[in-house]
Amino acid sequence: MKSLILRTVAPLLIALMLMFSIFVLLRGHNEPGGGFIGGLIAVAALAIHGIANGVETVRRAIVFDPLAIAGAGLLMATLAGLISLWMQVPFMTGIWIEPSLLGQKVPLSSVMLFDTGVYLVVVGALTGVVLALEERGED
Amino acid sequence: MEPIFAILVGLFFAVAVYLLLSKFIIRVLLGVAILGNAVNLLIFASGRILRDVPPVIGASLDMSVGPTANPLPQALILTAIVISFSFFSFLLVLSWRAYRVLETDNTDEMRVAEPEGDAPPPLRY
Amino acid sequence: MDGTALTCLTLFLPFLGALLAPWLTRRMGHNAAWVLALVPAAIFLHFIGFSAEVADGGIVTGGYRWVPSLDVGFYWLIDGLSLTFALLISGIGTLIVLYAGGYLKGHKQQGRFLSFLLMFMGAMLGLVISDSFLMLFVYWELTSITSFLLIGFDHTRQAARRAALQALVVTGGGGLFLLAGLLLIWNITGTTQFSTLFAMAPQLKESPLYLAALLLVLGGAFTKSAQFPFHIWLPNAMEAPTPVSAYLHSATMVKAGVYLLMRLNPAMGGTPEWQTILPVVGGTTLLIGALLAVRQTDLKLMLAYTTMASLGLLVLLTGFGSPHAIEAAVLYLVAHALFKGALFMIAGIIDHETGTRDIRKLGGLRRAMPITFAAAIAAALSMAGLPPFLGFLAKEEIYYALGRFDAWSVVFAAIAILGNALMFAVAFAIALKPFLGAKVETPKPAHEGPLLLWIGPAVLSLKGLAMAALAGLTHHLVSTPMASAIAGEPRLVEISLVPHLGVPLGLSVVTVVLGVLIYRNLDRLRALLAGVLADIGWGPDRGFDQAMRGLVGFSFRLTQRLQTGRFDDYMTVTFIALAVVLFATPFVFGEMPRPPVFPKDVPWHELAIMAIAAVGLVTVVLAKDRLTAIVSLGIQGFAVAVIFLLYGAPDLSFTQFMIETLVVVILALVMTRLKVYKTDHRPFRQTLPDATIAAACGLGLCLLLLTVTQSPFDTTLSDFFNLHSQAIAHGANVVNVIIVDFRGTDTLGEIAVVMIAALAILSLVRLRAGSMTTRMADNDPDAGEGSA
Repeated sequence: MKSLILRTVAPLLIALMLMFSIFVLLRGHNEPGGGFIGGLIAVAALAIHGIANGVETVRRAIVFDPLAIAGAGLLMATLAGLISLWMQVPFMTGIWIEPSLLGQKVPLSSVMLFDTGVYLVVVGALTGVVLALEERGED
Repeated sequence: MEPIFAILVGLFFAVAVYLLLSKFIIRVLLGVAILGNAVNLLIFASGRILRDVPPVIGASLDMSVGPTANPLPQALILTAIVISFSFFSFLLVLSWRAYRVLETDNTDEMRVAEPEGDAPPPLRY
Repeated sequence: MDGTALTCLTLFLPFLGALLAPWLTRRMGHNAAWVLALVPAAIFLHFIGFSAEVADGGIVTGGYRWVPSLDVGFYWLIDGLSLTFALLISGIGTLIVLYAGGYLKGHKQQGRFLSFLLMFMGAMLGLVISDSFLMLFVYWELTSITSFLLIGFDHTRQAARRAALQALVVTGGGGLFLLAGLLLIWNITGTTQFSTLFAMAPQLKESPLYLAALLLVLGGAFTKSAQFPFHIWLPNAMEAPTPVSAYLHSATMVKAGVYLLMRLNPAMGGTPEWQTILPVVGGTTLLIGALLAVRQTDLKLMLAYTTMASLGLLVLLTGFGSPHAIEAAVLYLVAHALFKGALFMIAGIIDHETGTRDIRKLGGLRRAMPITFAAAIAAALSMAGLPPFLGFLAKEEIYYALGRFDAWSVVFAAIAILGNALMFAVAFAIALKPFLGAKVETPKPAHEGPLLLWIGPAVLSLKGLAMAALAGLTHHLVSTPMASAIAGEPRLVEISLVPHLGVPLGLSVVTVVLGVLIYRNLDRLRALLAGVLADIGWGPDRGFDQAMRGLVGFSFRLTQRLQTGRFDDYMTVTFIALAVVLFATPFVFGEMPRPPVFPKDVPWHELAIMAIAAVGLVTVVLAKDRLTAIVSLGIQGFAVAVIFLLYGAPDLSFTQFMIETLVVVILALVMTRLKVYKTDHRPFRQTLPDATIAAACGLGLCLLLLTVTQSPFDTTLSDFFNLHSQAIAHGANVVNVIIVDFRGTDTLGEIAVVMIAALAILSLVRLRAGSMTTRMADNDPDAGEGSA
């Protein structure tokens, strides 16, 4: 698409959307949000990016192949489940630790890791599909 | 509220089925998309409807106070939405491929797998 | 390693050998047989170790639990019966593996053949050693499958393929009868093991289901043991290479049916039904088999039909059930395994070294093949029931059992004499005709076979001699324990080579005289039988062809009716079925919903958004062209998202918004490239039925939802999640906690599905259009026929 307005606004819009998607992912455990929704927002951002600036630009911007991202996410989610096995509790039991960082307690958990895995699978898989379809549109 | 939802769900299903009965792949695909929404609404309403209170526990509380919307169907539907989208995309790309090869979206003309007037199987051993 | 584990390992050893066989054969050629023969030899030695204990009346059991909740186990039972079988299987198996090494020397697929052979050996061994019903059934079917592979080994010939399929259909089908019978026995007695079944015999025999159970079990036994009219597969199985005929179709597999009858004799035998059905079927099979054997000129076919006759004799004796009959069955079974295995191998040697098996084209081979000739004479003497061979002991014992003066015994004694006399004649036809007389020119210049070939028949023939000479030891180690196991009570076998004057000896003499007469008139009898059979013109073998053709034709027509190949037919049937289920179920169970009470105070914006959804839906249906339809699809999707938001589901709402956007985007991306301009409007004659079905489905689901929401709501699960979300899982958003924590494993599965869908989509997108058309051409079902 050759719209000048879109191409001008797109970078800003995309940056905002990606930030928002991560925000939605992180707050998901306590307020509406989570890996699925955050991932979908990121996919939408990348899809817009693709339409505005071409698929090649997007591919360069995300560095990794979308499917590799999805695969890493799936691996991450699986590992998050396996942590609990190592702690002698059943598969997929949530494990929480609260290390202090600059005097501030930061709750970390395997559940967080799992949700991030979900996020990456959604981003990777759906971006891969959308980009592949957009690519076909260009030729 | 449930009776109104029942009627709406019935309408969703009727439209989805009508589209699925079409001979044309694109209509069928639209039917599949609507069928997904119909099923999600069915599950949603089966878990009972409550206006406006999301199942989020208030800050510094250990459990929700007062009635909230049923979280279980929501969790089911949330994943269902994403899965049915993946499935829909697959069907879409599949029919697009079929169109590229067979140059039609009329299912009556898509007879590669089950050709018309198939010869009887051989009776030799 | 303890004994249980060692026995278990022994049971799996043949399969291990089967894995190694192709590799070994590639490295060592036909000499791999020497190595592979160690497998059955080791098994033989292992089982010999039990013989002292079993001879003293002991029973060895062992095994492992398999599915405890269903009372299914992997248990074995080693008593006189199973031990004798195990020794026959492994002992003859050793010789057969060696023989196969020589017989298929240089064959491209020799490794595969030896592999199949060892697999069969493992299956057969497991069959006779099983204590559990289910284990027996699994091994039973496994012998059918391995036998299928072996018969069809030469798969480029249609006759071999037909024979393999026929054997599989007949014996595998019989196996299903057996399964049903065993399940019925389980149902009646509540036990799944033979060792505990024997104590339940009275309960089983008095059950009203006894006859049904018996008939089902017999269905399995008679098909496997080639009883008339299920015998057809056995002569056809001679399409297999000769080692297979010698091993499966004389010494071992066909005996599985007889084994089963013997195994069940203590539990089911002795009833009037048992003592009528078995002798009648066995006697019929004996006579028909012996007569058909005389009619043949092919060495292997002659042997195949005498095998059928011998199996009939064994069934007859088992059915008689008297002490002498059981002892006779035991001796005859062992003797038959030895002499028939030897004779098949001899027929194979003759075929291998001269190029023909037709008895009319053979003669004067005694100088060229002296060892084979000697082995043939020894085996034939045993088959004819002449001293000093084991066959003689068996025949004396048979006449002890049948030589009584009630009408029933006299009839079967006459049948046995006639059958034995015919087999006597066939035995000498095989052992003398090819070797004596003037030398006949054969397709290949005749000479003695190599060591690997003649060692098998030589050992088996000598064994028949040794077992008779050392009758006391034979009875102590083999006959007595086996007869006791079959009878279910201690028995003592005492017969020896020293003849006693009496009825049995008299009957033996009659048999020999009759046999010599038949032998001298063999050619005339053969011509006579050929004429009679030609006049009948139909047999169960042709019936099998007709049945198979009928089956294929029927299933073809049925498939054409059910699978029209038209997408909308399938869809119509599916949704009619759905509508029927939706209406019929509540109607049958009286669960129609009450008239709904509509709420009065619904805010207008909620109704408005539902109306928008409805409008969007209707627009999708009515849209003339596809692009309008796509846009309208977005309307209903966003309306659903708003509905989710209004009713306390913000997570769903956001997800739905994003997904609907993506749906419209990718639909637009793809649709703009489908250049479909033609209108796709449905004709009216199609619209009306489609709309009716759709309306019925919609109404049905509407009523279903009404019924569901009118019934009391069980909040256990929702309460659980609300209560524990914060306390256990430290999360305030209950929906998210369910997804990533409580039901995390489900979610893991779901993201895996998303991943797989993406992989599938990307491969479809990247596929070149050209490559797909070639793939379809490859898919032509007839394309492969030419190369076969």
